[in-house]
Amino acid sequence: MTLTQQLPILVVVVPLFIAPLLSMITGRSNLPWLIATITSALTFLIAVGLTGQVLANGELFYELGNWPVPFGIGLTIGPLAAMMLLIITGASLAGLLAGKRSMEVELGEGQPSLFYACWLLALAGLIGITVTGDAFNVFVFMEISSLASYVMVANGPNRLALTASFKYLVTGTLGATFYLIGVGYLYMMTGTLNLADMASRLEGISDTLPVLMAGGFLMLGLALKAALFPMHAWMPNAYQFAPTPVAIFFAACSTKVALFVMLRFDFVVLLPNLGAHAEILSSFLIPLCVAAFLVGSAVAIFERDLKRMLGYSSVAQIGYIVLGMSLVTSAGLTASMIHFFNHALIKAALFTAVAGIFLRYGSARLDDLAGLGQRMPLTMFAFVLAGLSLIGVPLTAGFISKWYLIQAVLETGSLGILLTILILVSSLMAVVYVWKVVEVAYFKAPTEPVTRQEAPLALQLVLWVLVLANFWFGIDPSLPLTLSTMEASTLLGAGR
Amino acid sequence: MTEPTLILLSLAIPLLGALVIALTGANKNLRDSLMVVSALLVFLTVLSLLPSVSAGGRPAISLFEIMPGLAMAFSIEPLGMVFALVASGLWVITSVYGIGYMRGAHEKNQTRFFACFSIAIFAALGVAFAENMFTLFIFYEVLSLSTYPLVAHKGDENAKRGARIYLGLLLGTSIGLMLPAMLATWWLAGTLSFQPGGILQDNVSRGIGAVLLILYMFGIGKAALMPFHRWLPSAMVAPTPVSALLHAVAVVKAGVFTVLKVSIYLFGLDYLQSLWSTDLIMWVAAFTLLSASIIALQKTNLKARLAYSTVSQLSYIVLGAMLANQLAVVGGGLHIVMHAFGKITLFFCAGAIYVAAHKTEIRELDGLGRKMPITMFAFLLGALSVIGAPPLGGFWSKWNLMLGAVDAQQSIMIAVFLLSTLLNIAYLVPPVIRAFLLAPPKDDEYHTKPGIQEAPLFCLVPLCITALGAFSLFFFADPVRSLIESMFVSVR
Repeated sequence: MTLTQQLPILVVVVPLFIAPLLSMITGRSNLPWLIATITSALTFLIAVGLTGQVLANGELFYELGNWPVPFGIGLTIGPLAAMMLLIITGASLAGLLAGKRSMEVELGEGQPSLFYACWLLALAGLIGITVTGDAFNVFVFMEISSLASYVMVANGPNRLALTASFKYLVTGTLGATFYLIGVGYLYMMTGTLNLADMASRLEGISDTLPVLMAGGFLMLGLALKAALFPMHAWMPNAYQFAPTPVAIFFAACSTKVALFVMLRFDFVVLLPNLGAHAEILSSFLIPLCVAAFLVGSAVAIFERDLKRMLGYSSVAQIGYIVLGMSLVTSAGLTASMIHFFNHALIKAALFTAVAGIFLRYGSARLDDLAGLGQRMPLTMFAFVLAGLSLIGVPLTAGFISKWYLIQAVLETGSLGILLTILILVSSLMAVVYVWKVVEVAYFKAPTEPVTRQEAPLALQLVLWVLVLANFWFGIDPSLPLTLSTMEASTLLGAGR
Repeated sequence: MTEPTLILLSLAIPLLGALVIALTGANKNLRDSLMVVSALLVFLTVLSLLPSVSAGGRPAISLFEIMPGLAMAFSIEPLGMVFALVASGLWVITSVYGIGYMRGAHEKNQTRFFACFSIAIFAALGVAFAENMFTLFIFYEVLSLSTYPLVAHKGDENAKRGARIYLGLLLGTSIGLMLPAMLATWWLAGTLSFQPGGILQDNVSRGIGAVLLILYMFGIGKAALMPFHRWLPSAMVAPTPVSALLHAVAVVKAGVFTVLKVSIYLFGLDYLQSLWSTDLIMWVAAFTLLSASIIALQKTNLKARLAYSTVSQLSYIVLGAMLANQLAVVGGGLHIVMHAFGKITLFFCAGAIYVAAHKTEIRELDGLGRKMPITMFAFLLGALSVIGAPPLGGFWSKWNLMLGAVDAQQSIMIAVFLLSTLLNIAYLVPPVIRAFLLAPPKDDEYHTKPGIQEAPLFCLVPLCITALGAFSLFFFADPVRSLIESMFVSVR
């Protein structure tokens, strides 16, 4: 086998093996950061390669140790998984490149090597969840990434990070436990852990009570992990108190990985085997999604802390994503998956800007940020541009998401009109909270004279690459669009 | 140069201009002269497209497709040509005036101001040239966003509050009403391009069409139909050149221009006539027209009065579109031009008065005609043109609109037009009377100085030019009218 055929396993193994090695480095130097960044860049390149392969040949299968599935573990990388890999590795790389200075400042006395080892473990865990085709593997990788992320959040500059991390831990553990119970039920009924195999073995016993129970536990557990309203409380907290580079990394991808698993279970395993699953999904999830984007946006308007505001904005955005899924149509799925990608771009850009601001001001509270527009004009301008994408102004990636989501929603008839109105209301609320920042930054007179002091060059570069990507994919959305439509047709094809 | 290149050039120059202005900000004279040069270049570029359009051509270019069938594309038809000429032509004059005003009034942040101004013109031209609703929408939003810093320019609480209302209403209506209308149009008709005769009549039932019309007409917040007109008076906190060019010409006219475009090229006049909501919007426009005039009567601040006058005049054009016949629509198109010249003159005068005498209230104008005779005479001409009295350009557009109302057998609307003309006289003539006929206040510092004290030449010359323009348009209205009428002739 050539190296290119080994890419599916390499993308997990590389960060997983480098992490423990990294933790052995002692003392304070740039070496741990450098190694983590190089590893992250490497996985990003692998992800790009994998995406190329998926675009060319469709879904990739990889059998670990050449053991045939379902006896051995199989890896599957479909179009959506490829997109997720791009998001995860890209976000990790962006966070590391942009956040070097921030981490030096925010981490304080700790051992940098241990922190970066955790970073790589989280990376490996998230990637692992994405590539594996095995339900129990998902749990294992979920635990790896979660445990590492608890540590990373707890490293925040404020002591409140400890309680934030504890909340995150409790919720995360609950979610993982529910997930495990669900998988347990399914294993009990089918004797297999491979998702595709599970789907086919369930055929004879569809609609039985344990399968229904499993579905319930899985959904609940994953919704907790994904911070779907009303199980979102941990997330804005974690983003606020985590070191800002960690927020860049996690805001772009961590909850989406849970949504990714949810998608796989919903459409590959449950939809064909639970008669009423589509109805359950729609009637149960649509109200939650609507509440998510309305409440999320409304709370974001009243938040005075930039990081927390963006956290609540993420609650709203997750509402959009899940809304697309819960329509159970091809258009809805496509819209949902496009927003996976676009939201990652938007939030990564916004949090990168916030990292720069936090670095210079030592605070992300709106009250402290007067004169920001003069002190860091480039950073703030980038923030405004990314904010426009968040609102969904045409020519930005955010607009493409909204466009597809509304088209998908309109297909559902009269309910669609109501949902369209609600989506637009929530977009308008986004205008309000983005503009609140603009006003403080540009039009609030600072108390003391400001001197120009931009964010570090590396951060600026990452920030502008992300902002330009927002516009690039707003003008030419073919990459996420192709991947999403490919995946939507496989997912619904499997179900029908 | 080929026509597509010229279109791109006319959009690129103001955008580059903004960049150049931002970069040369340190050297004031260089920056300002470059700005005037770029304004002139834009105007000439737009002008060079005129012969082909008036010969019946439709210069067009498609840049890229965002989604299949949804392209960023430009195509110039007569109405867009007229709007582009007005916006770019008056920009040349305003840029000169702006230099005089901003320096005379010692405003801060002039570089940001002029750069945003340039971007706003870029957006207005994009609106004028848009080939489809999607492209128009993009530039419409750019226009809202790029003018926000201009409105909030002063940066004090008052300016910020005004700018917040401004942006909130414009973005709110466009995202909340126009965007869904556009999405529904796309979903039902499968296209968003502007086509003679409209794209909706074959695809959309009357009931849905009527709802779409309501969404569009209120969604185009820049046309300032009540109850979404509040942004325009709020925008008056901006420096006067902004009020003059943007809130008498570019921004508001982009709004009514969009109304005309949507009526003619998305709905089509025949289809429009058959919708029940056309009447509804017509009545809303008539109400706006009259009540804004009455509010203007009560305003004692000069700029606030002019702002409400603009709200009222914009409704003339919306009303014209809703009458849905050729005469009225041509009248609406003409009114874009005529009102632009009249109103920009009035605002220029208000700015000149502020720069020279620091007066903003109407009661302070007493006796000012003796100190600033040229300015006040220009004010008179502008006022007469807005009123629609001969021999000024404003006469022709009102004439056409009224003929349109006769043609549509809307006798009440004729009465509305007449009544509103009376109201126009009632609120625009008193300032002139005060200035020329009343005695100046005794102990006013400004009036105790002897001699004539006009605003700087940079302010004075532009306002004379626009006043003369309003005057000469009475005699040269015909070329404009035939150009606008040519949009109903089938394309070559």
